[in-house]
Amino acid sequence: MAGKVEKPVPAQTSRRAAKPKLAVWKFASCDGCQLSLLDCEDELLSVAAGVEIANFPEASRAVIKGPYDLSLVEGSITTPHDAERIHQVRRASRFLVTIGACATSGGVQALRNFQDVNEFISIVYASPHHISTLKKSTPIDEHVTVDFELRGCPINKMQLVEVLSAYLNGRKPNIARHSMCIDCKRAGVSCVMVSQGTPCLGPITHSGCGALCPRYNRGCYGCFGPMENPNVPSLCERWAAMGHADVEIYRALSTFNVNAEAFRKESSLYEKAGDSE
Amino acid sequence: MSQQETDLEQLNVFDLSGFAKLITLLQEKGYTTVGPTVEEGAIVYDEIDSIEDLPIGLTDEQAGGKYELRKRNDHALFGYVVGPHSWKKFLNPAGLRLWQARRNGRSFEVLEQEAPAPSYAFIGARACELNAIAIQDRVFLKGSFVDSDYAGRRQNIFVVAVNCGQAGGTCFCDSMNAGPKAKSGYDLVLTEIKAQKRNLFVVEAGSEAGANLLHEVPHEPATEKQMARVSEVVSDAVAQMGRQLDTRDLQSLLYRNSGNGRWNEVAERCLACANCTMVCPTCFCSTVEDTTDLTGEHAERWRLWDSCFTQEFSYVHGGSVRSSISARYRQWITHKLASWVDQFGSSGCVGCGRCITWCPVGIDITEEIAALREADSGLSSILRTEEKE
Repeated sequence: MAGKVEKPVPAQTSRRAAKPKLAVWKFASCDGCQLSLLDCEDELLSVAAGVEIANFPEASRAVIKGPYDLSLVEGSITTPHDAERIHQVRRASRFLVTIGACATSGGVQALRNFQDVNEFISIVYASPHHISTLKKSTPIDEHVTVDFELRGCPINKMQLVEVLSAYLNGRKPNIARHSMCIDCKRAGVSCVMVSQGTPCLGPITHSGCGALCPRYNRGCYGCFGPMENPNVPSLCERWAAMGHADVEIYRALSTFNVNAEAFRKESSLYEKAGDSE
Repeated sequence: MSQQETDLEQLNVFDLSGFAKLITLLQEKGYTTVGPTVEEGAIVYDEIDSIEDLPIGLTDEQAGGKYELRKRNDHALFGYVVGPHSWKKFLNPAGLRLWQARRNGRSFEVLEQEAPAPSYAFIGARACELNAIAIQDRVFLKGSFVDSDYAGRRQNIFVVAVNCGQAGGTCFCDSMNAGPKAKSGYDLVLTEIKAQKRNLFVVEAGSEAGANLLHEVPHEPATEKQMARVSEVVSDAVAQMGRQLDTRDLQSLLYRNSGNGRWNEVAERCLACANCTMVCPTCFCSTVEDTTDLTGEHAERWRLWDSCFTQEFSYVHGGSVRSSISARYRQWITHKLASWVDQFGSSGCVGCGRCITWCPVGIDITEEIAALREADSGLSSILRTEEKE
């Protein structure tokens, strides 16, 4: 759960101390979040100077043995093998930070949680008997203790740099859990829902992207998942009053964070109506 | 009587070319001219180069959770009310670096502050907004601590106010005694009137700086008829107020109803998204974030707009004091309309209606007070009956 660790211990007590070992782990995911780390261009050299990159398959084949000071975990748990592997990662990690919608809520692949996965397997694969999979795609914190969660599909690379900077300097990361609307208003972006009637998930969505879509005149897609105590029913009622069909509301809540409890609870109410249309 | 004193008392009039000249003069004097302009379907406050940048011939239709731009059937420059922005974005920016420092061995060195903010000329500030600035002045300048950044920005502004000629669907400045006529807090105040299809502006100076500037703008004394138009324009706006708020006994009404069931009802609709507080021209709360770069060689302290609707806002050791949305809504409205008076000597509401319009689900502060009043009177009558028995 985000914010479980209130006081991270400073990673370095002196400038000469050994650099903390950073590992990046992939579970069921598209790799987009871990690539955000490579996408840090300007900051990448500072990251490399601050930590020893011990395990990062997207960047290097070299693997340094654990234990690791900080593990970044991308992806959800979808196979029996991964359900075992995440425990190994946890045991080998001092701090474990999950990155992205897959790791924090189960990802878009969690759409299968609400259908018959065996049916999918029989349709998709030529030899279904080779497939060993779990019925559900689940977030990492359903399996092991998570020290900090970084939301987003994908994560915001500047937020990743912030978490790493906070870790390296022994301070609290400045990662807000409030609505995305605050980011819109701080940036001076006019509300697309109020002024243009565009359906927007911003008022129930976790801050972090910097109001990317409304800045480009689009409604929020909820990539960062539910904010702190979101009032999903109220927003959905408003969408309905604006003339949006149940199926649209169901689909809007059933994307990258479909398995996030607050979104799922409400989308299931609109699902039946959606099916019948 | 000197010429200046005459101008401070007299009403004068200029046309579009006079207004254009006024803006040019302000720019020549080093002011960054900011005012209403259209951006992505709304009238916002931003830099304007000339009167061409103003929302000429446009108006805004506003209701709870709804804002729409429409064409007017004239070419009025100020034929709309207020949008999602307020002048606080210039006086109390949404994000402000308070200071930055560099590591220096085992100590640190505070770096020199960057250049001061530009001097802004506010073009088209409304009466409710001048009152909002006066309220923020009391918060930032008149208490035990003076906010030096605000003070620096505040002392450099030049205000060209505009009397409202029409009110919007969510306006209730009249109820809050905060408009629609600008009474103070401006250097110049304009009233837009039409005469033979020409845009004319009746202008009055409110300060010496305003009077001095007016000298340089071609103008003529207003006629009796034009002067009469000023009061007509303002009373038209009063007649059009879309909302009303009964302020009688408001403080004690709120204080004695902290346990009213209405707070739970509104909390079912309230998204705790904080839009109301962000658009409010008087809400001033902020959070402070300390940040470092990866190397730990550079640190910065930032102040950011915050809101009493976030959980973090009331976080103390062990958790959030106001964990429910109903507690947060009650806190906001009780502070705004009641404890603000105890704290700063006036209400925190100017009746601009922004919190109603920009609430994504259209929660209406005037409706909530009316409902609370009704619930309270029902409760009082029950209590009175019980007392008799």
